[in-house]
Amino acid sequence: MSVWRNPMKRLTIAAGAAAVLVFAASGAQAGERMFPALGKIATPEQIKAWDIDVRPDGAGAPAGSGTAAKGEPIYIEKCAACHGDFGEARGRYPVLVGGHDTLKDQRPEKTIGSYWPYASTVFDYIKRAMPFGEAQTLTDDEVYALTAFLLNMNDVIDSDFVLDASTIGKVEMPNGDKFFEDPRPDAQPVKVADLCMKDCKPEVKVIGRAKIIDVTPDKGGAKAKAAAKAAEASAPAADAAPAAAQVAAAPAGDPEAGKKVFRKCMACHNVDKAKNKIGPSLQGVMGRTAGTVDGFKYSNAFQAAKDQGLKWTDENLAAFVAKPKDFVKDKIGADKGRTRMAFAGLRKEKEIEDLIAYIKEASGE
Amino acid sequence: MKKTTSPAQSGSIQATPSSSDKRDLPADLASDLNAIDPGRRRALLAGLGAAGGAAAAGLMAPGRAMADPANLPPNVAEWSQVLGPGVDAFPYGMPSKYEKTVIRRYVEWLTATPESSINFTPLYALDGIVTPNGLCFERHHGGAAEVVPQDYRLMINGMVDRPLVFTLDDLKRFPPESRFHFLECAANGGMEWRGAQLNGVQFTHGMVHCVQYTGVSLRRLLEEAGVKPKAKWLMVEGGDSAGMNRTLPLDKALDDCMIAYSMNGERLRTEQGYPARLVVPGFEGNMWVKWIRRIEVGDGAYMAREETSKYTDLMPDGRARRFTWEMDAKSVITSPCPELPCKQKGPQVIKGLAWSGRGKIARVDVTVDGGRNWHQARLEEPIMSKCLTRFYLDGWEWNGDPAYLQSRAIDETGYVQPEMAALQAVRGVNSIYHNNAIQTWRINPTGEVENVRLA
Repeated sequence: MSVWRNPMKRLTIAAGAAAVLVFAASGAQAGERMFPALGKIATPEQIKAWDIDVRPDGAGAPAGSGTAAKGEPIYIEKCAACHGDFGEARGRYPVLVGGHDTLKDQRPEKTIGSYWPYASTVFDYIKRAMPFGEAQTLTDDEVYALTAFLLNMNDVIDSDFVLDASTIGKVEMPNGDKFFEDPRPDAQPVKVADLCMKDCKPEVKVIGRAKIIDVTPDKGGAKAKAAAKAAEASAPAADAAPAAAQVAAAPAGDPEAGKKVFRKCMACHNVDKAKNKIGPSLQGVMGRTAGTVDGFKYSNAFQAAKDQGLKWTDENLAAFVAKPKDFVKDKIGADKGRTRMAFAGLRKEKEIEDLIAYIKEASGE
Repeated sequence: MKKTTSPAQSGSIQATPSSSDKRDLPADLASDLNAIDPGRRRALLAGLGAAGGAAAAGLMAPGRAMADPANLPPNVAEWSQVLGPGVDAFPYGMPSKYEKTVIRRYVEWLTATPESSINFTPLYALDGIVTPNGLCFERHHGGAAEVVPQDYRLMINGMVDRPLVFTLDDLKRFPPESRFHFLECAANGGMEWRGAQLNGVQFTHGMVHCVQYTGVSLRRLLEEAGVKPKAKWLMVEGGDSAGMNRTLPLDKALDDCMIAYSMNGERLRTEQGYPARLVVPGFEGNMWVKWIRRIEVGDGAYMAREETSKYTDLMPDGRARRFTWEMDAKSVITSPCPELPCKQKGPQVIKGLAWSGRGKIARVDVTVDGGRNWHQARLEEPIMSKCLTRFYLDGWEWNGDPAYLQSRAIDETGYVQPEMAALQAVRGVNSIYHNNAIQTWRINPTGEVENVRLA
């Protein structure tokens, strides 16, 4: 035997009511389910794992705590590569610090300190989306500490202020009271009936031309790409020969699997084009001398590596991606500084082999 | 309509931007960019040189190649004599190889990295109101998530009688509905606030697309969970590596939103949120969360990064508008345009698109003399709410004099698309989002079409 439902009936009635009495008269509050077979009850464990948002009043803030002092080393390790040591940002990544009293300027600088209205947003965003390409890898203590560090850098809280679930909703942001509800529609000088159709103005005057500005990408794409390449960097041709020799060595890993591993790298590195991102292009990297990609500003450590003639062999690359910091310390020298690469390293041997196989295949010459 | 004459005294270009205009032009856009590094852009410009402008003038538009007499009557073309590929040569069909220039395009200097960036729909190459799936512009905050469909889950939790988790199959077993809607990024036109900057309709207006969505009403899913009486807001969250989240007012959620799993008859494309995305008709594209994994019902706004530090509109007094959800009525002429110059004098059909986040388009006016005289355009059926509407101005004869083409949309609420000066008078030039100003294309005597700003 089958049961016939009329699922559209309730929707129609409810939709009529919704227009006037949105919250109170909603059919959405009706007690029983119409399709109890569809969907399962979410368990507390499932909800706890996915429910990561934090609201301005602190609702949803997890256990744990942090201070600016604890946040600084984490920031330097995981954030500074893109956002700069002082939140000033590298390249076109977002500026996080400063910009006070610039919102009325010709060029406003919208930072956490100058623009963001709620401290909770900083926590919520870091926890869900940062570091870029390694989202949801930070502990709650680390997120509290990073949030505290960024608020402290913006002179919002003191360096010993303990940020936690009980305090995050109480932090007052400098620009917190400067937001207001959407007043649109606006810019409506006339009614439709009064719209002019004939002889509406005496003359036509051009005050700007996109052609003169000339920043439109070439429709064919080639010229814009060439220009972008010229503006950035190209792989040094001199290193092409050793690269070829290197590729000939037995590939152990699976390039297909390595392509997936490379997703952890692609936020900062191109592998199949010469353009540098926040990290140097890896095009032609195999066999190349470290620290030699044109147009890339290397850390002191990798400038030293270049002087030492360090080559990106299979072995060196594997050691570097396994433990970047240890590699720099052991191979280049503890006194030569640190790498700017924020990546913590790959733990699995297989992943490293696959990654190198992929880089060999994709980086070409 | 009768032949329209060109304005007598509008032939000369009376002003060009100063060098400081060039340096100060906004490229802040929506993205994660706070300001373009002028040094970098100058380097890019130096590389582009004079070629950029000429190429952008539409000289590379398809269909300009010379005809081969061997294929023309009285001869018989080769394709009329030999066999072509059999069925199944291309199990998933692609556009003709002669249309390979019709693609989404990207403005490299706009953002820090392509994983958090935007590209543009080639509006100039499209007819009707439906955007083909592969040409719908993309906007990602952490790249396009590659979600495994059998591992997809949608959770509804918070102020509900029963928190629920749905599989993709669950969603497809609900009674479906299909509707056509436009999706426009709030930053569409965001680079044009201070002046005419990008020379092509793909770049000035291409952060919009329009498809038919199929899915389940969000209202129905909320009814299954049972929304508590004090609830007022939803937090909607994506499963991508940005966990893209926004606050959605409950009344909108109960009105016309849906969780869509198909677009234009086939499953969502990866870059459009496969296997399921939120559809929020008439509201800014950022709220249409892709790869949607969770909906939390609550009694307060969530104030996520994308509705505080971004997607808020900075006013000249230093304060900012928030929750600027609705997309105001807007229109643009898609032919002629910088990509589609006027090849010959004589009859021209002016084609364009109009849309409004508040309902249906009621009327579109078109001018060919920079707003001195306006003519009511022909609207093509179907005219649907919160959907692109196609308009035409038939029968205009271009005599070779400079012409200034504009369109202005009027929606069913009586809202009139404003001129940029009217918008700037209220909002200044730093609000980035919600630029729905009237666009001007200048047709030069050579037939070249360029993006200009009129006083």
